[in-house]
Amino acid sequence: MTAIYHPTVARLTFRALLGRRRALIMALLPMLLLAIAIAVRALNGADDRAAATVLGGFALAAMVPLVGVIAGTGAIAPEIDDGSVVYLLSKPVSRQTIITTKFIVACAVTGLFTVVPVYVAGLILNNNSQQIAFAFTAATAAAVVAYSAIFLLLGVVSRNAVVIGLIYALVWEALLGSLMPGVGNLSVQQWSLTLAEQIAASGANVTSTVSLTAGSILLVIATVGGVWYAGRRLASFSFAGDH
Amino acid sequence: MAVIRIENVSRWFGNVVAVNDVSIDITPGITGLLGPNGAGKSTLIHMMSGFLPPSTGRVTLDGDVIWHNTEAYRRIGLVPETETTYEFLDGREFVRANAELQGLDDPGAATERALETVEMTAAADRPVSTYSKGMRQRVKMASALVHDPAVLLLDEPFNGMDPRQRMHLMNLLRRMGEEGRTVLFSSHILEEVEQLASHIEVIVAGRHAASGDFRKIRRLMTDRPHRYLIRSSDDRALAAALIADPSTQGLELDVTEKALRVEAIDFHRFAEQLPRLARENDIRLLTVSPSDESLESVFSYLVSA
Repeated sequence: MTAIYHPTVARLTFRALLGRRRALIMALLPMLLLAIAIAVRALNGADDRAAATVLGGFALAAMVPLVGVIAGTGAIAPEIDDGSVVYLLSKPVSRQTIITTKFIVACAVTGLFTVVPVYVAGLILNNNSQQIAFAFTAATAAAVVAYSAIFLLLGVVSRNAVVIGLIYALVWEALLGSLMPGVGNLSVQQWSLTLAEQIAASGANVTSTVSLTAGSILLVIATVGGVWYAGRRLASFSFAGDH
Repeated sequence: MAVIRIENVSRWFGNVVAVNDVSIDITPGITGLLGPNGAGKSTLIHMMSGFLPPSTGRVTLDGDVIWHNTEAYRRIGLVPETETTYEFLDGREFVRANAELQGLDDPGAATERALETVEMTAAADRPVSTYSKGMRQRVKMASALVHDPAVLLLDEPFNGMDPRQRMHLMNLLRRMGEEGRTVLFSSHILEEVEQLASHIEVIVAGRHAASGDFRKIRRLMTDRPHRYLIRSSDDRALAAALIADPSTQGLELDVTEKALRVEAIDFHRFAEQLPRLARENDIRLLTVSPSDESLESVFSYLVSA
Protein backbone atom coordinates (compact mmCIF):
# COMPACT_ATOMS: atom_id res chain seq x y z
CA MET A 1 0.00 0.00 0.00
CA THR A 2 1.22 3.47 -0.86
CA ALA A 3 2.18 5.64 2.09
CA ILE A 4 0.47 9.01 2.25
CA TYR A 5 3.31 10.81 4.00
CA HIS A 6 7.07 10.89 3.56
CA PRO A 7 8.90 12.86 6.27
CA THR A 8 11.81 13.87 4.02
CA VAL A 9 9.51 15.16 1.29
CA ALA A 10 7.58 17.06 3.98
CA ARG A 11 10.76 18.58 5.45
CA LEU A 12 12.00 19.77 2.05
CA THR A 13 8.59 21.23 1.23
CA PHE A 14 8.23 23.00 4.58
CA ARG A 15 11.67 24.53 4.22
CA ALA A 16 10.98 25.61 0.66
CA LEU A 17 7.71 27.26 1.70
CA LEU A 18 8.79 28.84 4.96
CA GLY A 19 12.41 29.65 4.27
CA ARG A 20 12.04 32.18 1.51
CA ARG A 21 10.32 35.48 0.79
CA ARG A 22 7.17 33.43 0.31
CA ALA A 23 6.68 33.15 4.07
CA LEU A 24 6.87 36.91 4.46
CA ILE A 25 4.26 37.49 1.78
CA MET A 26 2.01 34.88 3.35
CA ALA A 27 2.44 36.49 6.78
CA LEU A 28 1.54 39.97 5.47
CA LEU A 29 -2.04 39.04 4.62
CA PRO A 30 -3.07 37.74 8.07
CA MET A 31 -1.30 40.72 9.63
CA LEU A 32 -3.43 42.96 7.44
CA LEU A 33 -6.55 41.06 8.54
CA LEU A 34 -5.68 41.55 12.19
CA ALA A 35 -4.94 45.23 11.59
CA ILE A 36 -8.32 45.66 9.88
CA ALA A 37 -10.05 43.79 12.73
CA ILE A 38 -8.44 46.00 15.35
CA ALA A 39 -9.28 49.17 13.41
CA VAL A 40 -12.92 48.18 12.82
CA ARG A 41 -13.37 47.19 16.46
CA ALA A 42 -11.78 50.43 17.64
CA LEU A 43 -13.90 52.58 15.36
CA ASN A 44 -17.23 50.68 15.40
CA GLY A 45 -17.10 48.71 18.62
CA ALA A 46 -18.26 45.05 18.55
CA ASP A 47 -20.49 44.80 15.50
CA ASP A 48 -21.79 41.48 14.12
CA ARG A 49 -22.42 42.81 10.64
CA ALA A 50 -18.95 44.32 10.43
CA ALA A 51 -17.47 41.03 11.66
CA ALA A 52 -19.28 39.01 8.98
CA THR A 53 -18.30 41.53 6.32
CA VAL A 54 -14.60 41.55 7.23
CA LEU A 55 -14.35 37.78 7.66
CA GLY A 56 -16.45 36.98 4.59
CA GLY A 57 -15.44 39.86 2.34
CA PHE A 58 -11.72 39.98 3.05
CA ALA A 59 -10.58 36.86 4.90
CA LEU A 60 -12.49 34.14 3.07
CA ALA A 61 -12.83 35.95 -0.25
CA ALA A 62 -9.29 37.27 -0.63
CA MET A 63 -6.82 36.26 2.08
CA VAL A 64 -7.50 32.52 2.13
CA PRO A 65 -7.30 31.98 -1.66
CA LEU A 66 -4.22 34.21 -1.93
CA VAL A 67 -2.33 32.36 0.78
CA GLY A 68 -3.67 29.14 -0.77
CA VAL A 69 -2.22 30.06 -4.16
CA ILE A 70 1.16 30.91 -2.69
CA ALA A 71 1.45 27.79 -0.53
CA GLY A 72 -0.36 25.36 -2.85
CA THR A 73 1.56 26.17 -6.01
CA GLY A 74 4.71 26.92 -3.98
CA ALA A 75 4.73 23.37 -2.62
CA ILE A 76 5.80 22.00 -6.01
CA ALA A 77 5.82 24.52 -8.89
CA PRO A 78 9.21 26.16 -8.11
CA GLU A 79 10.87 22.72 -7.95
CA ILE A 80 9.42 21.82 -11.33
CA ASP A 81 10.41 25.21 -12.77
CA ASP A 82 14.05 25.02 -11.72
CA GLY A 83 14.41 21.29 -12.35
CA SER A 84 15.36 20.36 -8.79
CA VAL A 85 12.26 18.15 -8.61
CA VAL A 86 14.36 15.57 -10.45
CA TYR A 87 16.12 14.75 -7.15
CA LEU A 88 12.76 13.99 -5.57
CA LEU A 89 11.41 12.00 -8.48
CA SER A 90 14.51 9.87 -9.17
CA LYS A 91 13.87 7.94 -5.99
CA PRO A 92 11.98 4.78 -5.10
CA VAL A 93 9.16 6.85 -3.59
CA SER A 94 5.68 6.64 -5.06
CA ARG A 95 4.71 9.83 -6.86
CA GLN A 96 1.31 9.65 -5.16
CA THR A 97 3.12 9.69 -1.79
CA ILE A 98 5.03 12.78 -2.87
CA ILE A 99 1.76 14.52 -3.81
CA THR A 100 -0.17 13.57 -0.68
CA THR A 101 2.77 14.69 1.47
CA LYS A 102 2.99 18.01 -0.34
CA PHE A 103 -0.78 18.37 -0.04
CA ILE A 104 -0.59 17.87 3.73
CA VAL A 105 2.23 20.41 3.99
CA ALA A 106 0.35 22.93 1.83
CA CYS A 107 -2.73 22.48 4.07
CA ALA A 108 -0.62 22.95 7.20
CA VAL A 109 1.11 26.08 5.94
CA THR A 110 -2.03 27.65 4.46
CA GLY A 111 -3.89 26.74 7.65
CA LEU A 112 -1.21 28.30 9.82
CA PHE A 113 -1.49 31.62 8.01
CA THR A 114 -5.30 31.65 7.71
CA VAL A 115 -7.26 29.52 10.19
CA VAL A 116 -5.70 30.89 13.37
CA PRO A 117 -5.71 34.54 12.22
CA VAL A 118 -9.37 34.26 11.11
CA TYR A 119 -10.39 32.99 14.55
CA VAL A 120 -8.36 35.66 16.34
CA ALA A 121 -9.75 38.37 14.04
CA GLY A 122 -13.26 37.08 14.75
CA LEU A 123 -12.68 37.34 18.49
CA ILE A 124 -11.33 40.86 18.10
CA LEU A 125 -14.26 41.94 15.91
CA ASN A 126 -17.20 40.74 18.02
CA ASN A 127 -16.04 38.17 20.61
CA ASN A 128 -17.52 35.31 18.56
CA SER A 129 -20.99 36.73 18.97
CA GLN A 130 -23.56 34.68 16.99
CA GLN A 131 -20.74 32.12 16.46
CA ILE A 132 -19.45 34.29 13.61
CA ALA A 133 -15.76 33.79 14.43
CA PHE A 134 -16.21 30.07 14.80
CA ALA A 135 -18.30 29.81 11.63
CA PHE A 136 -15.71 31.53 9.48
CA THR A 137 -12.89 29.58 11.09
CA ALA A 138 -14.59 26.32 10.08
CA ALA A 139 -15.26 27.65 6.58
CA THR A 140 -11.63 28.74 6.29
CA ALA A 141 -10.40 25.29 7.34
CA ALA A 142 -12.57 23.65 4.69
CA ALA A 143 -11.49 26.13 2.03
CA VAL A 144 -7.81 25.61 2.95
CA VAL A 145 -8.08 21.89 2.21
CA ALA A 146 -9.79 22.37 -1.16
CA TYR A 147 -7.56 25.25 -2.26
CA SER A 148 -4.43 23.27 -1.34
CA ALA A 149 -5.52 20.39 -3.55
CA ILE A 150 -6.56 22.60 -6.46
CA PHE A 151 -3.50 24.85 -6.41
CA LEU A 152 -1.12 21.91 -5.92
CA LEU A 153 -2.65 20.33 -9.01
CA LEU A 154 -2.21 23.62 -10.87
CA GLY A 155 1.43 23.65 -9.80
CA VAL A 156 1.93 20.20 -11.32
CA VAL A 157 0.12 20.79 -14.60
CA SER A 158 1.01 24.37 -15.47
CA ARG A 159 4.07 26.55 -15.63
CA ASN A 160 1.75 29.51 -15.04
CA ALA A 161 0.19 28.09 -11.90
CA VAL A 162 0.41 31.27 -9.83
CA VAL A 163 -1.17 33.44 -12.54
CA ILE A 164 -3.98 30.98 -13.19
CA GLY A 165 -4.52 30.57 -9.46
CA LEU A 166 -4.75 34.33 -8.94
CA ILE A 167 -7.17 34.72 -11.85
CA TYR A 168 -9.33 31.95 -10.39
CA ALA A 169 -9.30 33.46 -6.90
CA LEU A 170 -9.63 37.13 -7.74
CA VAL A 171 -11.51 37.23 -11.04
CA TRP A 172 -13.63 34.09 -10.99
CA GLU A 173 -14.49 33.79 -7.32
CA ALA A 174 -14.32 37.36 -6.05
CA LEU A 175 -15.46 39.40 -9.04
CA LEU A 176 -17.63 37.13 -11.20
CA GLY A 177 -18.85 35.27 -8.12
CA SER A 178 -20.41 38.46 -6.80
CA LEU A 179 -21.91 39.43 -10.16
CA MET A 180 -23.19 36.10 -11.46
CA PRO A 181 -24.86 33.72 -9.00
CA GLY A 182 -24.14 30.62 -11.14
CA VAL A 183 -20.40 31.07 -10.63
CA GLY A 184 -20.90 30.09 -7.00
CA ASN A 185 -21.54 26.52 -8.08
CA LEU A 186 -17.87 26.34 -9.05
CA SER A 187 -16.41 28.40 -6.24
CA VAL A 188 -14.50 27.03 -3.26
CA GLN A 189 -15.40 30.22 -1.43
CA GLN A 190 -19.14 29.53 -1.78
CA TRP A 191 -18.77 25.82 -0.99
CA SER A 192 -17.00 26.59 2.26
CA LEU A 193 -19.34 29.46 3.05
CA THR A 194 -22.19 26.95 3.38
CA LEU A 195 -20.42 25.62 6.47
CA ALA A 196 -20.25 29.12 7.94
CA GLU A 197 -23.94 29.59 7.11
CA GLN A 198 -24.85 26.45 9.08
CA ILE A 199 -22.72 27.30 12.10
CA ALA A 200 -23.46 31.01 12.46
CA ALA A 201 -26.68 32.07 14.09
CA SER A 202 -29.43 32.91 11.63
CA GLY A 203 -29.32 36.58 12.58
CA ALA A 204 -25.70 36.81 11.50
CA ASN A 205 -26.74 37.10 7.88
CA VAL A 206 -24.08 34.69 6.57
CA THR A 207 -25.36 33.13 3.35
CA SER A 208 -23.99 31.02 0.54
CA THR A 209 -25.29 30.55 -2.99
CA VAL A 210 -25.00 26.74 -2.77
CA SER A 211 -26.65 24.25 -0.42
CA LEU A 212 -24.77 22.53 2.37
CA THR A 213 -25.02 19.14 0.67
CA ALA A 214 -23.84 20.42 -2.68
CA GLY A 215 -21.08 22.49 -1.10
CA SER A 216 -19.79 19.58 0.99
CA ILE A 217 -19.86 17.12 -1.89
CA LEU A 218 -18.09 19.56 -4.20
CA LEU A 219 -15.43 20.31 -1.56
CA VAL A 220 -14.70 16.59 -1.22
CA ILE A 221 -14.67 16.00 -4.98
CA ALA A 222 -12.34 18.96 -5.61
CA THR A 223 -9.99 17.86 -2.85
CA VAL A 224 -9.83 14.14 -3.56
CA GLY A 225 -9.94 14.63 -7.32
CA GLY A 226 -7.25 17.31 -7.24
CA VAL A 227 -4.84 15.25 -5.15
CA TRP A 228 -5.48 12.08 -7.13
CA TYR A 229 -5.01 13.73 -10.51
CA ALA A 230 -1.91 15.63 -9.36
CA GLY A 231 -0.40 12.27 -8.34
CA ARG A 232 -1.24 10.78 -11.71
CA ARG A 233 0.28 13.67 -13.58
CA LEU A 234 3.42 13.54 -11.45
CA ALA A 235 3.72 9.79 -12.08
CA SER A 236 4.05 10.58 -15.78
CA PHE A 237 6.30 13.58 -15.23
CA SER A 238 8.65 13.94 -18.18
CA PHE A 239 11.27 16.25 -19.53
CA ALA A 240 10.85 17.65 -22.99
CA GLY A 241 14.15 16.38 -24.36
CA ASP A 242 17.15 18.30 -25.66
CA HIS A 243 17.23 22.01 -25.04
CA MET B 1 26.32 -6.33 -13.54
CA ALA B 2 23.66 -3.90 -14.71
CA VAL B 3 22.77 -3.45 -18.36
CA ILE B 4 20.57 -0.73 -19.80
CA ARG B 5 19.09 -1.88 -23.05
CA ILE B 6 17.69 0.57 -25.57
CA GLU B 7 15.71 -1.43 -28.12
CA ASN B 8 14.49 0.12 -31.36
CA VAL B 9 13.71 3.32 -29.54
CA SER B 10 12.30 6.36 -31.27
CA ARG B 11 11.02 9.48 -29.64
CA TRP B 12 9.30 12.35 -31.33
CA PHE B 13 7.89 15.62 -30.10
CA GLY B 14 5.06 16.64 -32.42
CA ASN B 15 6.60 16.56 -35.88
CA VAL B 16 10.17 16.63 -34.62
CA VAL B 17 11.98 13.31 -34.39
CA ALA B 18 14.48 13.60 -31.54
CA VAL B 19 15.61 9.97 -31.47
CA ASN B 20 15.24 7.73 -34.48
CA ASP B 21 15.22 3.93 -34.11
CA VAL B 22 18.17 3.63 -31.77
CA SER B 23 19.31 0.33 -30.26
CA ILE B 24 22.17 0.38 -27.77
CA ASP B 25 23.25 -1.78 -24.83
CA ILE B 26 24.95 0.14 -22.05
CA THR B 27 27.12 -2.34 -20.20
CA PRO B 28 29.41 -2.10 -17.12
CA GLY B 29 32.35 0.25 -17.54
CA ILE B 30 32.37 3.79 -18.83
CA THR B 31 30.36 4.64 -21.92
CA GLY B 32 30.51 8.06 -23.50
CA LEU B 33 27.41 9.30 -25.29
CA LEU B 34 28.79 11.69 -27.84
CA GLY B 35 27.05 14.03 -30.20
CA PRO B 36 26.56 17.67 -31.05
CA ASN B 37 24.08 19.80 -29.10
CA GLY B 38 20.53 18.87 -30.02
CA ALA B 39 21.53 15.44 -31.34
CA GLY B 40 19.23 13.61 -28.95
CA LYS B 41 21.66 12.78 -26.12
CA SER B 42 19.53 14.34 -23.40
CA THR B 43 16.41 12.73 -24.81
CA LEU B 44 18.13 9.35 -24.59
CA ILE B 45 19.32 10.01 -21.02
CA HIS B 46 15.83 11.13 -20.02
CA MET B 47 14.47 7.86 -21.35
CA MET B 48 17.19 5.86 -19.57
CA SER B 49 16.45 7.68 -16.32
CA GLY B 50 12.68 7.20 -16.51
CA PHE B 51 11.82 10.81 -17.25
CA LEU B 52 10.49 10.30 -20.74
CA PRO B 53 8.61 7.39 -22.33
CA PRO B 54 9.86 6.28 -25.74
CA SER B 55 7.35 6.85 -28.56
CA THR B 56 8.19 3.36 -29.79
CA GLY B 57 10.58 0.68 -28.53
CA ARG B 58 11.71 -0.17 -24.99
CA VAL B 59 14.27 1.07 -22.52
CA THR B 60 15.01 -1.51 -19.82
CA LEU B 61 17.35 -2.00 -16.88
CA ASP B 62 18.20 -5.69 -16.55
CA GLY B 63 14.96 -6.53 -18.33
CA ASP B 64 12.66 -4.20 -16.39
CA VAL B 65 11.08 -1.29 -18.22
CA ILE B 66 12.31 1.94 -16.60
CA TRP B 67 9.38 4.25 -17.43
CA HIS B 68 6.76 4.35 -14.64
CA ASN B 69 9.00 2.18 -12.48
CA THR B 70 10.18 4.10 -9.42
CA GLU B 71 11.73 0.91 -8.00
CA ALA B 72 14.38 1.15 -10.75
CA TYR B 73 15.83 4.15 -8.91
CA ARG B 74 17.24 1.83 -6.24
CA ARG B 75 19.80 0.84 -8.89
CA ILE B 76 20.18 4.10 -10.78
CA GLY B 77 22.14 7.14 -9.68
CA LEU B 78 21.29 10.20 -11.74
CA VAL B 79 23.39 13.34 -12.12
CA PRO B 80 21.09 15.68 -14.05
CA GLU B 81 22.28 18.54 -16.19
CA THR B 82 20.35 21.09 -14.14
CA GLU B 83 22.52 23.23 -11.89
CA THR B 84 19.80 23.91 -9.36
CA THR B 85 19.47 21.75 -6.30
CA TYR B 86 17.67 22.56 -3.09
CA GLU B 87 19.53 25.83 -2.62
CA PHE B 88 18.41 26.36 0.97
CA LEU B 89 20.10 23.15 2.12
CA ASP B 90 23.77 22.75 2.91
CA GLY B 91 25.75 20.07 1.11
CA ARG B 92 25.36 17.50 3.84
CA GLU B 93 21.61 18.09 4.20
CA PHE B 94 21.18 17.75 0.46
CA VAL B 95 23.03 14.44 0.24
CA ARG B 96 21.27 13.19 3.35
CA ALA B 97 17.84 14.05 1.93
CA ASN B 98 18.74 11.92 -1.08
CA ALA B 99 19.84 9.08 1.22
CA GLU B 100 16.57 9.26 3.15
CA LEU B 101 14.51 9.33 -0.04
CA GLN B 102 16.35 6.17 -1.11
CA GLY B 103 15.08 4.58 2.10
CA LEU B 104 18.57 3.60 3.30
CA ASP B 105 18.92 1.96 6.73
CA ASP B 106 21.65 4.32 7.87
CA PRO B 107 21.31 7.51 5.81
CA GLY B 108 23.78 9.38 8.02
CA ALA B 109 26.64 6.93 7.41
CA ALA B 110 25.82 6.70 3.69
CA THR B 111 25.89 10.50 3.46
CA GLU B 112 29.35 10.73 5.04
CA ARG B 113 30.65 7.95 2.77
CA ALA B 114 29.35 9.69 -0.35
CA LEU B 115 30.74 13.06 0.73
CA GLU B 116 34.13 11.47 1.33
CA THR B 117 34.08 9.79 -2.07
CA VAL B 118 33.67 13.15 -3.81
CA GLU B 119 35.99 14.90 -1.31
CA MET B 120 33.34 17.32 -0.16
CA THR B 121 33.39 16.63 3.58
CA ALA B 122 35.16 19.89 4.40
CA ALA B 123 32.62 22.05 2.56
CA ALA B 124 29.57 19.97 3.51
CA ASP B 125 28.24 22.48 6.04
CA ARG B 126 28.09 25.34 3.58
CA PRO B 127 24.82 26.14 1.78
CA VAL B 128 24.69 24.67 -1.71
CA SER B 129 23.91 28.18 -3.00
CA THR B 130 27.48 29.25 -2.15
CA TYR B 131 29.13 26.40 -4.08
CA SER B 132 31.20 26.80 -7.21
CA LYS B 133 30.20 24.89 -10.31
CA GLY B 134 32.69 22.13 -9.59
CA MET B 135 31.53 21.77 -6.00
CA ARG B 136 27.92 21.59 -7.14
CA GLN B 137 28.83 18.86 -9.56
CA ARG B 138 30.58 16.93 -6.79
CA VAL B 139 27.72 17.24 -4.36
CA LYS B 140 25.35 16.16 -7.13
CA MET B 141 27.64 13.16 -7.65
CA ALA B 142 27.49 12.41 -3.94
CA SER B 143 23.70 12.51 -4.04
CA ALA B 144 23.71 10.09 -6.97
CA LEU B 145 26.20 7.74 -5.30
CA VAL B 146 24.71 7.73 -1.82
CA HIS B 147 22.79 4.48 -2.36
CA ASP B 148 25.71 2.75 -4.07
CA PRO B 149 23.90 2.31 -7.40
CA ALA B 150 24.92 -0.15 -10.10
CA VAL B 151 24.17 2.42 -12.79
CA LEU B 152 25.34 6.01 -12.94
CA LEU B 153 23.85 8.34 -15.55
CA LEU B 154 25.43 11.77 -16.03
CA ASP B 155 24.07 14.40 -18.40
CA GLU B 156 26.86 16.72 -19.60
CA PRO B 157 28.71 16.43 -16.27
CA PHE B 158 31.74 18.47 -17.36
CA ASN B 159 29.81 21.53 -18.52
CA GLY B 160 31.39 24.66 -17.13
CA MET B 161 34.05 22.88 -15.07
CA ASP B 162 37.60 24.14 -14.95
CA PRO B 163 40.40 21.73 -15.94
CA ARG B 164 41.22 20.77 -12.35
CA GLN B 165 37.61 20.02 -11.49
CA ARG B 166 37.27 18.11 -14.74
CA MET B 167 40.29 15.95 -13.95
CA HIS B 168 38.96 15.25 -10.49
CA LEU B 169 35.58 14.14 -11.83
CA MET B 170 37.22 12.04 -14.53
CA ASN B 171 39.28 10.20 -11.93
CA LEU B 172 36.17 9.60 -9.89
CA LEU B 173 34.26 8.25 -12.86
CA ARG B 174 37.19 6.04 -13.83
CA ARG B 175 37.09 4.56 -10.36
CA MET B 176 33.34 3.98 -10.66
CA GLY B 177 33.86 2.22 -13.97
CA GLU B 178 36.65 0.05 -12.56
CA GLU B 179 34.36 -0.97 -9.71
CA GLY B 180 32.11 -2.57 -12.28
CA ARG B 181 29.41 0.05 -12.36
CA THR B 182 27.62 0.91 -15.55
CA VAL B 183 28.60 4.54 -16.06
CA LEU B 184 27.15 6.56 -18.90
CA PHE B 185 27.92 10.20 -19.49
CA SER B 186 26.96 12.50 -22.33
CA SER B 187 29.12 15.16 -23.84
CA HIS B 188 29.49 17.25 -26.93
CA ILE B 189 33.14 17.91 -26.12
CA LEU B 190 35.24 15.40 -27.93
CA GLU B 191 38.35 15.42 -25.76
CA GLU B 192 36.32 14.61 -22.66
CA VAL B 193 34.94 11.47 -24.20
CA GLU B 194 38.27 10.55 -25.69
CA GLN B 195 40.04 10.86 -22.35
CA LEU B 196 37.50 8.98 -20.30
CA ALA B 197 35.31 6.55 -22.16
CA SER B 198 36.43 3.06 -23.03
CA HIS B 199 33.37 2.79 -25.18
CA ILE B 200 31.63 5.43 -27.24
CA GLU B 201 28.15 5.68 -28.67
CA VAL B 202 27.81 8.46 -31.21
CA ILE B 203 24.45 10.10 -31.76
CA VAL B 204 24.04 12.44 -34.69
CA ALA B 205 20.67 14.01 -35.59
CA GLY B 206 18.78 11.48 -33.47
CA ARG B 207 20.41 8.49 -35.12
CA HIS B 208 22.91 6.05 -33.72
CA ALA B 209 25.85 6.97 -35.92
CA ALA B 210 28.58 4.73 -34.52
CA SER B 211 29.52 2.46 -31.64
CA GLY B 212 32.77 1.08 -30.25
CA ASP B 213 36.06 2.49 -29.06
CA PHE B 214 37.01 5.52 -31.07
CA ARG B 215 39.71 3.76 -33.07
CA LYS B 216 37.16 1.17 -34.10
CA ILE B 217 34.66 3.84 -35.00
CA ARG B 218 37.33 5.39 -37.08
CA ARG B 219 38.09 2.15 -38.91
CA LEU B 220 34.39 1.76 -39.72
CA MET B 221 34.69 4.76 -41.93
CA THR B 222 36.86 3.22 -44.59
CA ASP B 223 36.04 5.80 -47.19
CA ARG B 224 37.55 8.55 -45.10
CA PRO B 225 41.26 9.38 -45.55
CA HIS B 226 43.43 8.16 -42.68
CA ARG B 227 46.65 10.00 -42.01
CA TYR B 228 49.79 8.28 -40.75
CA LEU B 229 53.21 9.39 -39.74
CA ILE B 230 55.76 6.81 -40.80
CA ARG B 231 59.49 6.62 -40.12
CA SER B 232 61.53 3.96 -41.86
CA SER B 233 65.06 3.02 -42.83
CA ASP B 234 64.42 4.50 -46.33
CA ASP B 235 61.56 6.95 -46.48
CA ARG B 236 62.01 7.82 -50.17
CA ALA B 237 61.93 4.24 -51.35
CA LEU B 238 58.91 3.52 -49.16
CA ALA B 239 57.19 6.63 -50.55
CA ALA B 240 57.70 5.41 -54.09
CA ALA B 241 56.32 1.97 -53.28
CA LEU B 242 53.29 3.36 -51.42
CA ILE B 243 52.24 5.90 -54.02
CA ALA B 244 52.19 3.13 -56.62
CA ASP B 245 49.55 1.34 -54.52
CA PRO B 246 45.89 2.39 -54.86
CA SER B 247 45.39 2.39 -51.06
CA THR B 248 47.48 5.56 -50.85
CA GLN B 249 46.00 8.85 -51.91
CA GLY B 250 48.88 11.16 -51.18
CA LEU B 251 52.12 11.50 -49.29
CA GLU B 252 54.61 14.06 -48.22
CA LEU B 253 58.20 13.82 -47.20
CA ASP B 254 58.55 15.81 -44.01
CA VAL B 255 62.20 16.77 -43.94
CA THR B 256 62.20 18.48 -40.54
CA GLU B 257 60.42 15.55 -38.84
CA LYS B 258 62.44 13.08 -40.92
CA ALA B 259 59.25 11.20 -41.58
CA LEU B 260 56.70 10.35 -44.20
CA ARG B 261 53.16 11.69 -43.97
CA VAL B 262 50.81 9.33 -45.74
CA GLU B 263 47.12 9.73 -46.53
CA ALA B 264 45.46 6.34 -47.05
CA ILE B 265 41.99 6.01 -48.54
CA ASP B 266 41.53 2.27 -48.08
CA PHE B 267 42.30 1.47 -44.48
CA HIS B 268 42.22 -2.33 -44.73
CA ARG B 269 44.30 -2.51 -47.88
CA PHE B 270 46.77 0.01 -46.54
CA ALA B 271 47.17 -1.98 -43.32
CA GLU B 272 47.99 -5.07 -45.37
CA GLN B 273 50.13 -3.41 -48.01
CA LEU B 274 52.38 -1.29 -45.82
CA PRO B 275 54.26 -4.16 -44.13
CA ARG B 276 54.31 -6.18 -47.36
CA LEU B 277 55.76 -3.33 -49.40
CA ALA B 278 58.31 -2.65 -46.71
CA ARG B 279 59.40 -6.27 -46.67
CA GLU B 280 59.57 -6.56 -50.46
CA ASN B 281 61.73 -3.43 -50.67
CA ASP B 282 63.86 -4.41 -47.72
CA ILE B 283 62.80 -1.35 -45.71
CA ARG B 284 62.57 -1.37 -41.92
CA LEU B 285 59.53 0.37 -40.47
CA LEU B 286 60.57 2.33 -37.36
CA THR B 287 57.38 4.27 -36.61
CA VAL B 288 53.82 3.88 -37.86
CA SER B 289 51.46 6.14 -36.02
CA PRO B 290 48.02 7.49 -36.89
CA SER B 291 48.38 11.27 -36.88
CA ASP B 292 44.78 12.40 -36.68
CA GLU B 293 42.80 9.87 -34.69
CA SER B 294 41.39 12.60 -32.52
CA LEU B 295 37.68 12.42 -31.89
CA GLU B 296 37.42 15.83 -33.45
CA SER B 297 38.16 14.41 -36.88
CA VAL B 298 35.98 11.34 -36.34
CA PHE B 299 33.17 13.55 -35.18
CA SER B 300 33.29 16.18 -37.88
CA TYR B 301 33.25 13.37 -40.41
CA LEU B 302 30.19 11.80 -38.81
CA VAL B 303 28.36 15.11 -38.55
CA SER B 304 29.02 15.96 -42.18
CA ALA B 305 28.05 12.46 -43.35
